[in-house]
This record gives sequence, C-alpha cells and structure tokens, in this order.
Amino acid sequence: MTVDDTAVVQPRQFPANRGGLCQKGWNAAAVLTVPDRLTRPLLHGRPVDWDTALDFIAERLREIRDRRGPDGVAVFGSGGLTNEKAYLLGKFARVALGTSQIDYNGRFCMSAAAAAGNRAFGVDRGLPFPVTDLAEADAVLLVGANVAETMPPFLSHLDSAALIVVDPRRTATAEQAKLHLANRPGTDLALALGLLHLAVTEGHVDRSYVDDRTSGFAEAWQLAVQWWPERTERVTGVSAADQRAAIGLLAAAGNAYILTARGTEQHASGVDTVSAWINLGLALGLPGRPGSGFGCLTGQGNGQGGREHGQKSDQLPGYRKLDDPAAREHVAGVWGVPAESLPQPGRSAYELLDALGTVDGPEAMLVFGSNPAVSAPNARHITERMSALDLLVVADFVPSETAQLAHVVLPVTQWAEETGTMTNLEGRILLRRKALSPPPGVHTDLWVLRELAVRLGQPAHRFPAEPEAVFDELRAASAGGIADYSGISYQRLRRGDALHWPCARGTNGTPRLFLDRFAHPDGRARFVPVQHRGPAEPADEAYPLLATTGRVLAHYQSGAQTRRVAELAEAAGEMFVEVHPDTAAQAGLADGDLAVVESRRGEVLARTRAVPSMRLDTVFLPFHFPGAARANLITNPALDPTSRMPEFKVCAVRLRPAAGEGDE
Amino acid sequence: MRRVVVIGTGMAAARFAERWSSHGSEAQLTLVGDEPAYNRVLLSSVLAGVLGTSDILLPTVDSAQWIRGAATGIDRAAREIRLSTGDTLPYDALVLATGSRAWIPPTTGLAEDGGLAEGVVAFRSMADCEQIIAQVRPGMSVAVLGGGLLGLEAARGLVGRGARVTVIHPMTHVMERQLDATAGKILRNAFIELGVEFRLNVLADKYVPGDGLVLDDGSTLPADLVVVSAGVRAETGLATSAGLDVDRGIVVDDSLRTSDPRIFAIGDCAQHPAVVSGLVQPAWEQAEALADLLTGHDPAARYRGTPIVTRLKARDVDVATLGEVHLDDEDAEVLRLEDTARGRYSKLVLRDGKIAGAILIGAPDVAATVTQLFDQGRQAPEDRLALLLGRAMPAQATAGTASIADLPANALICRCNTVEKGKLVAAWRSGATTVEALAQKTRATTGCGGCRDAVCDLAAWLKEQ
Repeated sequence: MTVDDTAVVQPRQFPANRGGLCQKGWNAAAVLTVPDRLTRPLLHGRPVDWDTALDFIAERLREIRDRRGPDGVAVFGSGGLTNEKAYLLGKFARVALGTSQIDYNGRFCMSAAAAAGNRAFGVDRGLPFPVTDLAEADAVLLVGANVAETMPPFLSHLDSAALIVVDPRRTATAEQAKLHLANRPGTDLALALGLLHLAVTEGHVDRSYVDDRTSGFAEAWQLAVQWWPERTERVTGVSAADQRAAIGLLAAAGNAYILTARGTEQHASGVDTVSAWINLGLALGLPGRPGSGFGCLTGQGNGQGGREHGQKSDQLPGYRKLDDPAAREHVAGVWGVPAESLPQPGRSAYELLDALGTVDGPEAMLVFGSNPAVSAPNARHITERMSALDLLVVADFVPSETAQLAHVVLPVTQWAEETGTMTNLEGRILLRRKALSPPPGVHTDLWVLRELAVRLGQPAHRFPAEPEAVFDELRAASAGGIADYSGISYQRLRRGDALHWPCARGTNGTPRLFLDRFAHPDGRARFVPVQHRGPAEPADEAYPLLATTGRVLAHYQSGAQTRRVAELAEAAGEMFVEVHPDTAAQAGLADGDLAVVESRRGEVLARTRAVPSMRLDTVFLPFHFPGAARANLITNPALDPTSRMPEFKVCAVRLRPAAGEGDE
Repeated sequence: MRRVVVIGTGMAAARFAERWSSHGSEAQLTLVGDEPAYNRVLLSSVLAGVLGTSDILLPTVDSAQWIRGAATGIDRAAREIRLSTGDTLPYDALVLATGSRAWIPPTTGLAEDGGLAEGVVAFRSMADCEQIIAQVRPGMSVAVLGGGLLGLEAARGLVGRGARVTVIHPMTHVMERQLDATAGKILRNAFIELGVEFRLNVLADKYVPGDGLVLDDGSTLPADLVVVSAGVRAETGLATSAGLDVDRGIVVDDSLRTSDPRIFAIGDCAQHPAVVSGLVQPAWEQAEALADLLTGHDPAARYRGTPIVTRLKARDVDVATLGEVHLDDEDAEVLRLEDTARGRYSKLVLRDGKIAGAILIGAPDVAATVTQLFDQGRQAPEDRLALLLGRAMPAQATAGTASIADLPANALICRCNTVEKGKLVAAWRSGATTVEALAQKTRATTGCGGCRDAVCDLAAWLKEQ
C-alpha cells in the first residue's frame, strides 16, 4: 500500500497481497495520529527534553555496568522493527553495552519454525518460494494458521487449492476448508506422526525423492509407525477417516504445500512438532520441488528480517551463529572491534524477562517496539519482574502497557515517518520509504541508538542513524552468511527489483530455494525422528479445560496500536472467551456473561461467547487486550528445549462466572 | 548399583524401557527376552501387506542392556533369576512383562507334540505372522478359528491376499464381547461384502491335515490352512513357580506390585482389578506408571485402570466399541441409530450424562468424538442428535445457504473489513449502486476478495428492489 502526505492509505497492486487490504491495513494511517501519541520523552512520567532523558539513561547504564558488569543491562527487541533497527540494536547490545542479554519478541513467534527449518533444510526462510507460487497449488495443508483473520489477502492465493485446515477451533479459515481437522489442543505432533504413518501405509511416499534428496527417513519412520490411525484418533480426536481423507487429498494433488503457523509452533514441543510436519512434507516429496513445498507463515511485520540480523540471543547478522568463531571474526571485522570483545549467547526471551531484577539477572532493560507486559506468557509474573528493575527504558510511539511501567519512555517514529527495509514472509526484501514528517520532537530508533552509544563512549561513525548507511553496513556484515543481503541495495530496491535472499553481491537473489539442493553440506534435507509429548500442563480434575490463544482480525499483536484506532477497537469488541454452550452452562455461564478463566498462574476476565462449533474441552482467548483481560495472565511459560518457545497454545484452565454474574 | 531386571521384550517392556531412559536413573536396567521388541498391534497390518515385518520393530533403548535368552526361574530368596544359559542374574527390583500366549481350542488334531499340527498357525507373534504370509496363496482356503477382534483383522488381511476365508465362531455373532447382536450382524455383512464367509454358533471338533475341519454340526469345512485366533492366556508360568499370587494373571495392585514387594508385573501377564487385559493401552499406561515409580520420577504414580476402547483395524470397515456396551438398564440413556442397509450402526449408552459405552460401525466422526468424551470422562453435549451424527452443524454453515435477501442486516458479508449487510444496503441507498462503488464506499471485497460473489448478489438484489 502507499500513504500520501495527508496520511490516506491506498492499496497498491503487489504480488504478496494482490492489492488486498484488510481492516488493519486500511486503518494503518490512523495509528499515526492517535490522540495519545508520544511526542516528548518521559522521565518518571514527566515530559523532559531529549538530552535530559538520554543523559539520565546513559548515566544509569554506566553505573549499573560498573557495578554489575555488562550483563547487568538487557535489551529486548521486536519482530516489528525494520532490518536496519534490528541490526543496529544487536550491534548496540554487543558493542556499546557489551551485554549478552539481548533477545526479542520473535522468540515468542518464529523460533520453533526457525529451529525446525534449520534442522531439516539447513536454512530458515519462512516461504522458500514466492507466495504467488501457491496460486498453482491443488492442495494446501494449513496447520495452526487462521489466515482469514491474521492476513486475509493471503487467502486469495489459495483460491484454487483444496484447503485442509488443522485447528482445534472452527476458525474463519477452517470454515473455508474442504477438510477441517479439529484436533485436541497440544496434539499436533501426534497428528503429524499419524499422517506420516498413513503416507507410508497408503503408498504415497515419494521413494525416489526420499532416496535422492533426503536422509534419516528410517529413524523418523520407526517412530511414526507407532502412530497408526486409530491410535492417532484416540489421542488427537481427528477421526481415522479424516486422516485418510487428508493424506488422500495431499497425495492426489499434483502441486501440494504444507504451511505451518503459530497454532502448531507455540508449544513446549514446537520444534519437534514443526519437524514432524516437515517429515510429512519430505515423505511426500514436496520441499524443493517446483510447484510444491513446505513453509511457515511469518507473524509480525518484519518477522522474517527480524530473525536474521542479530537481535536474537544467539545470533549475529546474516543469520550467523554467535558461537561460531568464523562468524564472530567476520562480523567483528565489519564492526571494527576485536572478535573476543563480542559476548557469548545469553538468555532467551522468557528466561531473560524471568531473570529481571533477580540476584543474577539484569537490573536494567531497554525495550524497542515490544510490549511484553501483554505479549509474554505468565504476564503477571513478567510485569512484576519488569517492575523490579532499577531502570526500564521503552522506545515506542504509544504509551503501551510496558511503556507505562518504564522509568524512561522515548517517543520514536513509526512506519510512514521513516525509511527502512522489511523482509516479507517469502524472504523478499522491501524498501518502505518515508512518506510523512514525524511529529515535532519525535526521533527514529536509529537516532536513539546512536545518541546512547555516543554517550556510552562509542565513536559516532560506528552507529550511523541514516537507514541507508545502516543497511550498507548490514550488507557487509551479512555477506557470506546464510541470509546474505550483500547484493541488495536501496538503489535496486527503489528500482523495484524483486530480491529474495540469499542475494550475494552481483547476483539477483533466490526466489526459490532448494530446487537443486538443500543447504546442508551434503545437499540433503534431513528427516528428524520426533516423538509426541503432549501438553506440558495437561487438563486434570482441578483444571479440566484446555485454553488456547490467538488473534482476531481487527487487532495486531498486543493491541497497543490497534486498540487505539476507534474503527478497529469497535470491530473487535471487548475481550472474550469462546466456549461451547454446554461447557459454559456447566460453569454457570451463558452467552454474554462475564467469565473468569483461571489457570495455575492467574485469571483473565472475558465476556462469554457461546460457540456451538467449539470442542467441549477447549476454550479460546484472543491475546490483544490489556490489564485484567490479558490472555497471557494464564498462559504456561514451559519452554521448548531447543527454541525456548513458550507454550502459548495450550494450558489447563477452569471457568467460572465473574462476581455478580450467573448467580441469580 | 541398584539393578532393575525386566523379563520380557514385548510392548509393555519396551515402553517401560523407553520411559526409564527418558526419565533417567542411576540404576542398571536389564531386559531379558528371546525376541527383539516389535509392535504386536501392527501384526494385522503386516498380515494385510500394509507394513513389512521390519517396519514394526520398536526402537532400541541404548541405556538398557538386553540379554538375549529366556528366564527359566525366579529365586525370590536370593533375589536372582535363572537363565536358559544356566547363568543367574541378580535383581533389586524385578518386572514381569511376560505377556500372553495364544489359546488353542481343544479341537482334536490341532495340537501335536506340544506344537501345532501341519497347516495350523496361531496368530499371535511375528513368527506366526511370517509363517502365515509364507503359506497363504491366492485362491487358498483358509479357516480362521475365532471371530473376535484379532480373528476379524486376520480375516481382512487374508482375504486381501486373495485367500478364500471362512471365520468359525462358537457364538451367534462376532465380537460378542464388544458388540450386541445387531451390530454383530452388520459387521458380519460388511465382511461378507469383502468376500469373507462365516460359520457361526459352531465349534470345530476335529482337524484333518490336508482336508480341513469337521464342525460340531456334522459339516466339513475344507481348509488348506487354519489360523487360530481364539483368545489369549496370560503367561504366568514363572510367577506361579515362584509362588506369587496368580489368578487369571499375575495379581497386582495400583503400584503394579505383585504379592512379593520386589516384583512387579505389567501388560498382558498382569491382572489389575480394573482391567481386562489383551489391549495395548493398559499395558502402556502400566509401563509408564511403573517407570515413574521405579525411577523416582513420580513416587506418587499409581495405575488405576484404563478406559477400554477397541478399534478394529481393517481397511474399509470402521468399527469402534468402548466401555459397557451391553448396558441396557433403566439408569442408562441409550441412543441408537440403525442403518442396516448401508452398514451403519451407532449405539451410545450414557449414564449421568457421560458416555458409559458405545458401539459405532461406519460412523467414523462419531467414534473420534465419543472416544475423547469417554477418555476424558466429560459430560456429553446436550445436543444428542449432533452427538449421534458426529458433528454439530455450526450456526454459520446454515447462513451460507440462505439467499442474500433473507440475511439479517447484521450479517457479516466482508470479514476482512467488518462490513455487514446493513452497511452495504445503506451505501447503495446513498448512491453507491455498483459493486465497485460499494467496494470503494465500504471496503467490502478489498481484503481477501472472498465476499465478491456475495456483494455482486447483493447488488443484483438491490437493483431489483
């Protein structure tokens, strides 16, 4: 889309959305002018000038660093930041602060799919093919993706495909499906194993592909063979007949895709779950075959680029590993610092937030573009941890729930007011150009980082504030890495070149990965043997229901932006819990009653929506709402052993009427 | 070091070893048995030709030692077991997972010299399965002795291999433990459709090799091969010799402990008050509870029974039974749907609003939902018709069939932009009288485009007004 200087959004033909906009897109300009837009730095809640705010922060950071060492300061980034910001934030943490304590909210979003993609293919790019390829699909298996609400224009790519949707709920997306597999929350891995079992027993394995292009089938099969359809049915609730129908549709399709999203990834077994879906794709011979494939749907605005350039706890730009000596040498060279000065990997997002203000944990945290008070699991605890900090600094453009906890709030520019690149779900780099001047007094995140770095003793040239200069540095830092951007320039992007990474200098990028070989040294994709584990917190007598969380169409992420836009807030309505009418009635609730949804970690207030298509054992809560309506007050911070992804998508709960409801 | 010894390498032993390994323990785990561990449940899939024998081998557990051989005795006083090699093996805790063996009916001529006669094979082990596959030929006459779950699965596999199969069963209907008479008849008909023949309510008196079976009604059934699937008996020999309490199986309590506190039993050989043995799910759950206990992972772990769900694994026939299917007393609420002509039958038995039992033939969606309600002990939905049919119709699904004229003003036409019918009508009346103008005014159709047809219909309808 484009926005003119009067801040009116117009859709524009573009392959990824085919010119379509949902209500969020149409209202994007409204976020620029929300009434409580931040325009002055706040110090302890009072407006101050920039020098006062920045001097205060720098002095406190120096003091904490002197006393506690560099790891006394933490940085928390975002998948909503541009590539330039994500890159400079990582550099700021490792060079200006020298801290290992940096991670970002994408840990809560893409980390499971990323780890599984790396494990199987040797590289993690959400869609390793242009999204427009999907238009030729005959069948698409969408796992835990409610695209009809989260990214509606995407649906137009699926017009001609037989859609199979795996989701415990009958979502707007599931309603459009040819086949809906409504599994019990937390059983996705079992379902994927069951479908692999059927792929083999029904004779749909592409044997020559498995032989020529993969390794490890036998080990994966030895576990999947234990998931015969009737056993899978008992665990997942998906009938053996529907399992057969699903595998039949996929196998009959000339072109087929498997796409995963948060519903199947946000589990304490998220990486293994995605591996199980990839195993199914590999058995059917989909990845790296023209017209077919495996992919994951990226969540945040820059969920792809945000995970490539060094704001992750274990990562350097170009998708390099922080513990790889060659990677450290290369990036340190670009940065002009000794490789040994770079810290080693630090805590993952939840572990970092959980450690704040503890004896061993950071005493200060700088937050850019994230709202963990709403979006982190076990949110009450995390809010307490952030409140225990000596110094919390939040850079944002609205007073988010996290900003309201901060000692210092820094007002920064937003999308139409700054230039920067984003990398979309298909790995294509997009240049978003500044269209409007920001309100007086508002600066860019890049400027903020430069100003802080200089105050911490860094030379100014090491932290450029011009996006193009930052991007040129990112190109050099990423050169030779997995996500190589060195051949991409603002000039080429302005010209409209469609460039997908990896794009080495002098090349035209890679729209389709894996056509000839996968990114492992032997060129083969790897089956990973995985076993079903089930929810970290199963339902029991005390908490007999399973809660799952997700999004609604009109809101984005923590809702900090979209709740401020009247049209969106009105469309979304208030916080609700979707529940089967019988389950509601057993809890003394009717449609419209105010309910309390309670887990071992906290309780949420939500309006009851009695939905007959809900499973009797499952309730659903959207996670966009603040205060006592935060869905994350109840979610389980059990972490995936590999990706450290928290288990947002299933926890045990019980339901009761709020005081004064349903007790007449 | 503490030594835990498991006698047996079947499914219960394998699950125990797997859990042991994942929990971790200081103690040394040793498994004693002849066969490598394989998945017995999938033998019928091997017989059906869907899987190969190597497919069903269970993963080995690296941290456990496997002694290949048989245990021949238990010396409880010395706390050691004797092996067929003559060696002894000391234990601090002993787990009996000796499983069960096929029961051979007392038909004259079936058994000879402690084994089975020429042309007779049980259907119990991997070796049995391999033997059947090696012998069966298209067009061959095969008699299956026993019309229970396994017998029917064997019959399905054999008929799939081109054999002429007859099932001989002493009761008036098949799978009588799990099915009522009507269901038994429907299931029999489904098998007849597949080419299987039945001789019910008869016993085999005599087996004559090369000839066949003489039945107790005087008739003769020619059979080139007899497959025996007439039930199993717990393998309790070692336990009996060692003086442990044995009834139908080795008697255990909720800790899976036998009458000797250092000896435990799991799986088919064990007899727990709440379990009818012979199914894998109880065996697995017992193995998991015992691994939790013996590794110290969860010292409070107890086994208190498993809801019984039986699922016939046979291509083109969908049968599920669970719980107390024969319950017809006055307290029970019974829902029944009979569609004999199309081979469908659903019987749900509810007590206090919960599923107490069910028989489901040809109703796969119902089976999936009802099994989960049963396993979770959850109240069944009030909409009993939906329960019986397997799927509640979502409210929205009916909206899709209504004409645009009949939809209420608050019907959501464009989800992407939250545009209701009323808003489109108002836009039309204020002058937006084409689809494009409606889109521009309301943003309907500008997201995924999925509502374009609906908006076109609406425009056409408004034009006629």
